[in-house]
Amino acid sequence: MLLESVWFFLWGLLWAVYFMTAGFDLGVGILLPFLGRDDTRRRLMLNTAGPLWDGNEVWLLTAGGVTFAAFPRVYAFMFSSLYAPLMLVLFGLIIRGVAFEFRGKLPELGWQRLWDVCMFVGSLLPALLLGVAFANIFRGLPFDGQGYHGTVASLLNPYGLAGGVLFVLLFVVHGAIWLSAKCDGELQRQAAVVAGRVWWVLLAVAVVFLAATWIDTGLYGNYLAHPVLWLVPLVAVGALLGVKRCLLGGRYWLAWASSALTIVGVTFFGVIGLFPNLFPSRQAPDTSLTAFNAASTPRTLTLMLVVVVLFVPLVIAYQAWAYRLFRHKVTAATLDHEDVY
Amino acid sequence: MDVVWLSRLQFAAATYFHFLFVPLTLGLSLLIAVMETRFARGGDPMWQRMARFWGQLFLINFAVGIVTGITLEFQFGTNWSRYSAYVGDIFGSLLAIEATAAFFLESTFIGVWIFGWKKLSPKAHAVVMWLVAIASNLSAVWILTANAWMQHPVGYTISQAAGRAELTDFLAVVTQRAALMKIAHTLSGAYVLAAFFVMGISAYHLLRRQHQEFFRRSFRLALGFGLVFSVVELIQGHMHAADVAEMQPTKLAAMESHWETGPQAPIYLLSIPDEEAGRNAVAILPLPGALSLLAFHDPSAVVQGLADFPREDRPPVLITYIAFRVMVALGAYFVAVALLGWLRRNRLEESPWILKLVLFSIPLPYLAIAMGWTVAEVGRQPWIVYGLMRTRDAASPIAAGQVLATLIGFIVVYGLLGMVAFGLMVRTVRKGPDAVPAAAGSQPTGAAGVR
Repeated sequence: MLLESVWFFLWGLLWAVYFMTAGFDLGVGILLPFLGRDDTRRRLMLNTAGPLWDGNEVWLLTAGGVTFAAFPRVYAFMFSSLYAPLMLVLFGLIIRGVAFEFRGKLPELGWQRLWDVCMFVGSLLPALLLGVAFANIFRGLPFDGQGYHGTVASLLNPYGLAGGVLFVLLFVVHGAIWLSAKCDGELQRQAAVVAGRVWWVLLAVAVVFLAATWIDTGLYGNYLAHPVLWLVPLVAVGALLGVKRCLLGGRYWLAWASSALTIVGVTFFGVIGLFPNLFPSRQAPDTSLTAFNAASTPRTLTLMLVVVVLFVPLVIAYQAWAYRLFRHKVTAATLDHEDVY
Repeated sequence: MDVVWLSRLQFAAATYFHFLFVPLTLGLSLLIAVMETRFARGGDPMWQRMARFWGQLFLINFAVGIVTGITLEFQFGTNWSRYSAYVGDIFGSLLAIEATAAFFLESTFIGVWIFGWKKLSPKAHAVVMWLVAIASNLSAVWILTANAWMQHPVGYTISQAAGRAELTDFLAVVTQRAALMKIAHTLSGAYVLAAFFVMGISAYHLLRRQHQEFFRRSFRLALGFGLVFSVVELIQGHMHAADVAEMQPTKLAAMESHWETGPQAPIYLLSIPDEEAGRNAVAILPLPGALSLLAFHDPSAVVQGLADFPREDRPPVLITYIAFRVMVALGAYFVAVALLGWLRRNRLEESPWILKLVLFSIPLPYLAIAMGWTVAEVGRQPWIVYGLMRTRDAASPIAAGQVLATLIGFIVVYGLLGMVAFGLMVRTVRKGPDAVPAAAGSQPTGAAGVR
């Protein structure tokens, strides 16, 4: 029981770290057509994420891999049930990944425009669809002992869409703050303005989402049973307010950290509310996949725990080193003198 | 077509495409690491220019390899959910370890490598390349271990209660001979491919008498690498096949189109299988006892024929058989070409015919590797896990239309991506090394190109 529970929260942690790290580079991609007025601007924006996005994306891969290893039934049933949206996420990540690498290879404007579109679509789709998917998981999905009965349309229910919009806004704010911290001059100013304005929309959507969660999901059950857990959503809300405060003070790195905490808080708000469900059924709750009925054997869980305990701190250490190495601002001079995309 | 067939086609398309790009990165990353190490030690800037030029080609392949690889990690769940649920306890952990212990390392440090030329000392930058190279190869090791388990499942038990295979012995899974053989075989093949790629492109420039010192050096570095691993591949390939004879008798029989069980099994220099009739339509020029000798190191050993197995347990023979022969012939060809190159290594430019031969050989290792995977995967059929689970029982219970739509999506997107990547590679090769921005310190600032 303990092992399965530990794995449940590790699973949540991997998703949270993915959203926290990749969130900003997805956000930058979504902001590309809005803040990238000219080619230099767009290159500045992309190069703020340049050295880091690839390492960020591996958290997604690891979240997927760990779902496979620790909860194979969830991996199998979730990914085959959510076939179409997941494939769209993957196609998005494909065109986005090569866009980073290929965009600067040819000087033609049309070529760069093409990859800019890929960057935007490839960033928006994963952000939106992962939000839709998680909201639907919070809500429970239409399946029973006979199998999955949902369609793409059934995922696009109001609550699911609200989840998608919430994720997009979280990442846009996260990305805009990142640009504020990493750029200078006009781009920095505009990014900060965008972050400040979108923050209000995010706040409104977050309030709506939290209220809708009360109506449409059973997520609050765990909180009512263990009131101490309210601390987690409180931290998320506090961090979100902190974002605004830091933005007003022009302390962009602190704002980014606060935004990162918001994302982790929001993710854990959902994960804690779900426990022990990993893939709950709305139609027949007794067929829900949980940390207990869908887990691997204790032997595999223990083995994987050893692997994770050994390697994840190491990964965090070298990723932190990479973030530090590339902490400098990306400016027009950087584009001229450094190796960049 | 049903879901199983569509999913097979989709997975085949996605893996073949993925593995057009990966082998080059496995070998080239090591060669680039060597170049950078030479630069860091001796300070000769040509080594650094080499690392940068070959690095551009490396990165194009790396980018496509990464994005197509991420997709594969999820396709076991999307398209093979019954397989994933049945063997996830064992197979899933191997994929998760790959992500945690290897993929993170290569993905994090590739960013540092691309952007770190001026931030790190040459020594530190070379170390970063070694980390990328080692991590890429470790990544392959874990994935190949997972594939080896599908070829020869060990270290598990079937739980009737849970209705699945469960891990009993992790060490058995990662140290089994089938895994070690597969790793050695696939990595050697990848190194041969990378060596022929570097040699071939160097030959292109040497034939045009441009950047001669640069490409002479590149050629010779790759030549040593290619010679060693093509010889290793030939010897190791034989050992690998002997293991297949023991572990996957139906695959071996299909590889040789061998139908009748018996001692002193021959190899026919020419045969055409007739799968309907369950025999060879044509079988001429036998080498008596050769198959027994190669498979069991004893010319009188009994080799099981396909006729011994029920029809439903036989793999497609013609494809496996042709793929195997093409692979073996190419394997021998690579040794011959590498040897020729080695004998003429000091007079390369006086031997334009060797340079041309090498140049036109660039696609052949790609073909050999694709054929190798064809033998491995088609030859494993009708099983997804040999002897344990049939492919037809493994697919997700989803609508065929969905799979058809994504199959078309993969073909279109990957087709375009392949053309773009190929075009960029050709362009990079044609431009030659001078197009690469100069290194820190060796040129006035500002000369480093705005790309």
